[in-house]
Amino acid sequence: MARTRRLLVGIGLTAVLVGIGSWMLVSYIVNPTPVEIIAPGASLTPAGAPGERRIKATLFYVAEDGLRLAPIEHEVPFAEGTSEQARRIIEAQLLPPPPPLLGAIPNGTTLRGIYVSDKGEAYVDFGDAIRTAHPGGSLNELFTVYSIVSVLTVNLPAIMSVQILINSHEVDTLAGHVDLRRPLPRSPLWLEPPAIASAR
Amino acid sequence: MKISVSGLAACALAVLLPASTLQAQSLKPASPYTMISREGRRVIQAVVAGDQDMLRIEDLVIAFQFSFREDRGNNALTVTRAGRTVVLSLDQGLASIGGRLVSLAAPPARDGGRWVVPADFVSRALPLIFDAKVELRRSSRLILVGEVRVPRVTVRLEQAGAATRVTLDLSPAAPYAVSQEQRRLLVRVDADALDPAMSLAAGQGMVESVSAADPTTIVIALAPGFGSFRSSAQTTDPGTSRILVDILPAGAPSQPPPPSLGSVPQPTGARPETLPAFAQTSSPSLRTIVLDPGHGGEEIGARGVNGAMEKDITLDVARRLKAAVEARLGIRVLLTREDDRLVPLDDRASIANNNKADLLISIHVNASPRRDARGAEVFYLSLDGLSAETRRMAENPQGKTLPTLGGGSRDIELILWETAQARHLAESAVLGGFIEEELRKTVEMSLRPLQQASFRVLVGANMPAVLVEIGFVSNPEQEAQLITDGYKNQVVQAMYDAIVRYRARLNGARQPRP
Repeated sequence: MARTRRLLVGIGLTAVLVGIGSWMLVSYIVNPTPVEIIAPGASLTPAGAPGERRIKATLFYVAEDGLRLAPIEHEVPFAEGTSEQARRIIEAQLLPPPPPLLGAIPNGTTLRGIYVSDKGEAYVDFGDAIRTAHPGGSLNELFTVYSIVSVLTVNLPAIMSVQILINSHEVDTLAGHVDLRRPLPRSPLWLEPPAIASAR
Repeated sequence: MKISVSGLAACALAVLLPASTLQAQSLKPASPYTMISREGRRVIQAVVAGDQDMLRIEDLVIAFQFSFREDRGNNALTVTRAGRTVVLSLDQGLASIGGRLVSLAAPPARDGGRWVVPADFVSRALPLIFDAKVELRRSSRLILVGEVRVPRVTVRLEQAGAATRVTLDLSPAAPYAVSQEQRRLLVRVDADALDPAMSLAAGQGMVESVSAADPTTIVIALAPGFGSFRSSAQTTDPGTSRILVDILPAGAPSQPPPPSLGSVPQPTGARPETLPAFAQTSSPSLRTIVLDPGHGGEEIGARGVNGAMEKDITLDVARRLKAAVEARLGIRVLLTREDDRLVPLDDRASIANNNKADLLISIHVNASPRRDARGAEVFYLSLDGLSAETRRMAENPQGKTLPTLGGGSRDIELILWETAQARHLAESAVLGGFIEEELRKTVEMSLRPLQQASFRVLVGANMPAVLVEIGFVSNPEQEAQLITDGYKNQVVQAMYDAIVRYRARLNGARQPRP
């Protein structure tokens, strides 16, 4: 009898363990375990002097579904002052990301300068390529604009809004859609909340 | 023995199944909700799980300015705002706020990669951390935040001989004014928006229909043979404004309808207002539509991997829609470009403004760096970047009195070109909603079918205006669809149907709702 009871308990425990295993499998399939995307660093890490002080910044890349920008933490060189730090952050954002990340700023885009006003408006001056090499499409353009707006407003609390300039001139749009004639505040609409990004 | 073993297994599964079934349930797209607050309107995307409306939590994050995280250890979602927290169980329809449990219609669920929560989360749980009243009106798909005035509107039509009486109840009570505009009576209500039990009423007697024309105006469309009308107020209960409008045919004596008119008692102390008959003319409220085929000339727009170009697709779709609307509806349709040329963005809005267009629809084709992105999207303007003061001025333009030639003066309304669209946002949202609903019937929609963005071409448009992205040319499968007659015609039919619905709304005709 005792042997039978032991057998039953054993079978019961096995059933529970099989159940737990099945549930974990189903959960994993439906909702994969968070995968941390670690940048290999070859392309994303800006050159810097050995021992240079670095800070963690959140950079923005196109999420896997192609409909949002995903935040990715990365180290960037530290700099004194908001404008100079903004420059370092934008320089990091402009570097081509390693796969599977996809950047939203056209390759070849150059940064000419950054000015931050007392009102927290950042004016970011790019070279021509950000417009001439742009692939077009409103979502593409929204991603380009809001990866720049977000990377500055999220990482630098002193910056409240961002206006994109090209060759020191105000522009209407990059590719015919987003109104760039005034500084734009951060818009969470185009960003994935961190919880969702980390759940991928 | 066998029973005991299978019992144990069943217990194990009973414990384990809810979480897995929760995540596997199917979600169907649904029409979005509109959030109305003092700051304006905002679209909240929705899906249906079973019979429950579920709202996308990312949209709520933006609207209510909270943060959330997924707590897998505790099988919960944690929503935090100003140091206060709501914990949402992933297994059950329960929310915990500071130790207090609130029941919800359903547990959160996943819609693709995104969390959705039951609609009653905003009215039952959020107010406990938001410090403002949040009211959910499911039937009208409204979320009201704070002290906004959005009276419910009900209507009753009764006939007494030749006279037709329209009884409108506004609850809670709100100031209003009744006026005549050609073959329509307009009841303008001083409120932030209206929540009409629409379609308010089918025609009867001297009334063709009663409907909502814009967020704060009710339109009574008058039947041929209309002669005069008389409006009056009646006090019923203190929380309701009752408006009585008696409509008389031409030639009928201008006297109050007989006391036997339905169950509505005659108003006491009402001030009747009678207007003379007017010439009967057709009064199309939608006379001119401007279609804007995106890009053109050297600006090709987005391009697919197989060479399909946005500028060609948009021009073709615009031409087809123009032909359909002109031929079938008799509405004048203008294109911002008739051929492959580049038209500056300001000129596109100018063409619509200078031709006194009633609608501007900009047609585009989308692209994403990721090939997976697909589906149509509809946009109306976002006022991001405008200061609060500029927004107020844009939404409520100030009148100015200017001297006129030969003495005297006249009132004019000054509208800043930069912000012309701001005052039409609510109507643009309605038009966008119609287009989204019609497109959804025939073509695939994106996960965010109706959105707001700071699009340059919409800013200066002094009429309801939307931008429609009819598909992603960056998705090879959609690129192949976008160049076919079949797909273009489906898009054209959907936009045509949306225009018909919008015209019916303006004309006060009863709308066929899906």
